Parts: sequence; structure tokens; C-alpha cells
Amino acid sequence: MYTQALDTAINANTTTVTVDSFQKTFLERIARDEKIEPQDAMPEAYRKTLVRQISQHAHSEIVGMLPEGGWITRAPSLKRKEILLAKVQDEGGHGLYLYSAAETLGVTRESLVDALHSGKAKYSSIFNYPTESWADIGIIGWLVDGAAIMNQVPLCRCSYGPYARAMIRICKEESFHQRQGFDIVRSLCEGTPAQKALAQDSVNRWWWPTLMMFGPHDSDSPNTEQATDWGIKRISNDDLRQKFVDVTVPQAKFLGLTLPDTAIAWNAERGHYDFGKIDWDEFWRVVKGDGPCNAERVADRVTAFDDGRWVREADAAHAAKVALRNAQVTATV
Amino acid sequence: MSTPLAEAATPLFEVFVRSKQGLDHKHVGSLHASDARHALTLARDVYTRRQEGVSIWVVPSNAITASDPALKSDNFDPMASKVYRHPTFYDIPDEIGHM
Ligand SMILES: [Fe+2]
Ligand SMILES: [Fe+2]
Repeated sequence: MYTQALDTAINANTTTVTVDSFQKTFLERIARDEKIEPQDAMPEAYRKTLVRQISQHAHSEIVGMLPEGGWITRAPSLKRKEILLAKVQDEGGHGLYLYSAAETLGVTRESLVDALHSGKAKYSSIFNYPTESWADIGIIGWLVDGAAIMNQVPLCRCSYGPYARAMIRICKEESFHQRQGFDIVRSLCEGTPAQKALAQDSVNRWWWPTLMMFGPHDSDSPNTEQATDWGIKRISNDDLRQKFVDVTVPQAKFLGLTLPDTAIAWNAERGHYDFGKIDWDEFWRVVKGDGPCNAERVADRVTAFDDGRWVREADAAHAAKVALRNAQVTATV
Repeated sequence: MSTPLAEAATPLFEVFVRSKQGLDHKHVGSLHASDARHALTLARDVYTRRQEGVSIWVVPSNAITASDPALKSDNFDPMASKVYRHPTFYDIPDEIGHM
């Protein structure tokens, strides 16, 4: 299970240390809450886990722009349009912070983008659902960004420095996303019966996919323990999901919206809300590529990338021309 | 459906932002750009969307020389025993007051 790369890294620095003691020292550093930085020696499995998680996270931010992007031109007012533009731009920024963090682990941006475009890479299942109405934009901000915040706040303390720092930046920006969504939903709920119905229909469709964002039950997450030992995962999937339900139920009540789960009830003994069973068949179907919009999302990314090629080429040509001109000026001086 | 990237990778830049006049530029992250001027434009969009800065530096990542983390203790531990470099090492009588 130890790779060549790891052995080489250790032997390069010291001849006496064994792989096992390296592993032990590494875990001790993490237990002391020491951050691991790009140039530090690290177990190959730790590096690989991080590359997978950070790049999936980056892809999710980038693909996440698509369901909302389609509504920018259809926003009901200039104010809402400006806000949505700013939100979608933030998500693009989040993708960039995270791709940069992944690149510090020795992978290229090109290989990551290729993996997304070829359909090899995964991203959050939630973005494979369609945005059918303006209310969806509100519900996504309130619920989907809300769930993302739950997931992301513990990652600010992740053991890998560049990832933790990217997450701090991202979390600062996410709070605006959730609030603007809540604000949209609230104005619909306080509007005409038709507007309220739009909001209710939207919650009905997004509630369960949002709960799935936290991932499989802890009992079905074999990697959780390792990720916890490595300081990558701080709170388990089920605990985060419970936390999300607990804060969201009262918010829905305030808005006068019904959550589409008759099993939701306060459990005084547990001090938490009980809730119903998640349809894991649906979850795995969407994760494995068979959601309502999987093909469309990847195709849209590829098209956007191809359509932007001339811009990148023009940019590279211009940079080359400027460099040449500068070299000529220097030569004649 | 797969479209491999045809073009060559653009260079990587490290971005430093001065958050307020009078403060140091601080490293905030990195980005790819065709040249330094382009990197500045992108850094503005990526790292200062909420007035996080009043000035930006971009530096080609490969221009940075870093100390070796494996030599961390060789480099920095010797200073741990030199507590006399700190003002708190010295006792100043109460009568003297602030010094
Ligand atoms: Fe985001
Ligand atoms: Fe967001």
C-alpha cells in the first residue's frame, strides 16, 4: 500500500527512518493540528485522497454555475440579476481557488479539466437536477448553498494548508449565497398565492436531493475513518445531515413552507428532528451518471470550453507579441 | 464528448494582496495567466471582488525560491535557545516603570 513515490521521498531525506515510522510521525503531526504544506513529505494515499476530494470539489463549483447561470437573463428584476451574476461569479472563483489548491499536490489544471470533460471525474450530484422555475434559484441558495456551508465550515480546519485556506475564503463568500436565496424564497412566500405555490413546488423537488449532498450514511462510508485520522474530515456525513435538518426545519416553518417528508418530527429524547428515509437508489443513479441532467451539464462545460478557445489563443498570441516587443526594446537600449 | 486540451499550459503566478494602505502584501493564492499583466487583471477579479485589497503583486511561481521543509529544525530551532533576544528575558525593577 506504500507507493514508490513515498519511499523515495523518505529515503531522500533520511536513511534510517522506516515507512512505518514516517506514517506514525505524519499522523502525530496531524493529531497536533499541524498543517501539512505542499513541500512536506506526505503518504501517497493522503495526497491521492486530497487530489480526488479537492478536484471533485472544484468541479462542483464550476458545474454548479450551470443550473443558476441559465436564469441570469430571466431574473425578475435588475437587482436580482446583479445579485445572481455576483453569486455565479463567486462560484467560478471558488472553482479557481480549489483547482489551485489541487495543483499544489502535483497535478496539472489541464488533467483535472480533462477528467471533468471526459466524464471521468465526479462532482456533487445536486447539480444534475434541473432548475425549472425562478423559485429554484431561491431554493438553491437557501438549501443547496446552506448544505454546502455545513459541509465546508469543518473543512476550514482541514490538515492540508492550501485546502484549508481556500475553504476559509470560500466560506466567507458562501454566507451571502445562502442569504440571497432565502431572500428570494421569502419574497415569494410573502407574495401572491401563485408565487408561494412556486416556492412550495421548488422545495418539494429540491429537499431530498439536498439531503443526499451529505453523502452516504456513515455505515456506508468506508473511507470516513481514514479521512478523519488524516484530519481531512472533521464531522461525519450523518452528523452534518442531522445538523442541517435541525436548522432548516424551523426556517421552513417561518417561511410557511412544508418540507416533503411526513416523518419530520421533533424528538425530545435525541434533541434532534427525526426525518424519513433517503432514496439511496436515486442517489447512486445520479452519482453514476444517470441523473436528469448529467449529460447536459458535461456537454455544456465542453461547449463553453471549446467556444472559449479563440479567446485563449488570442490571449496567448498577444502575450507572445508583447514579450517579443519587450525583448526588442531591451535589445536596442 | 471528450475534448482534450489542445493548447499549452499557461504559466502559474502567485498573488499577493495589500488589504489596506500601510499594510504588507500578503499571499492569497495563485492563478494561471498568459503573462504578468494578464495575471494582474485576473487576480483583481478572482481575489478582490469585495474590496479585499488596494494593491496587487503577481509573481511567476517558478521565480520563488523556498526553504526546504526537511531542514526546518536545522534552520529555525537554534533560535529557540536564544531567549535573550526577546525583551521579556530581562527583569526591570518596578520602580523603573515602562522601558
Ligand atoms: Fe461555492
Ligand atoms: Fe455558493
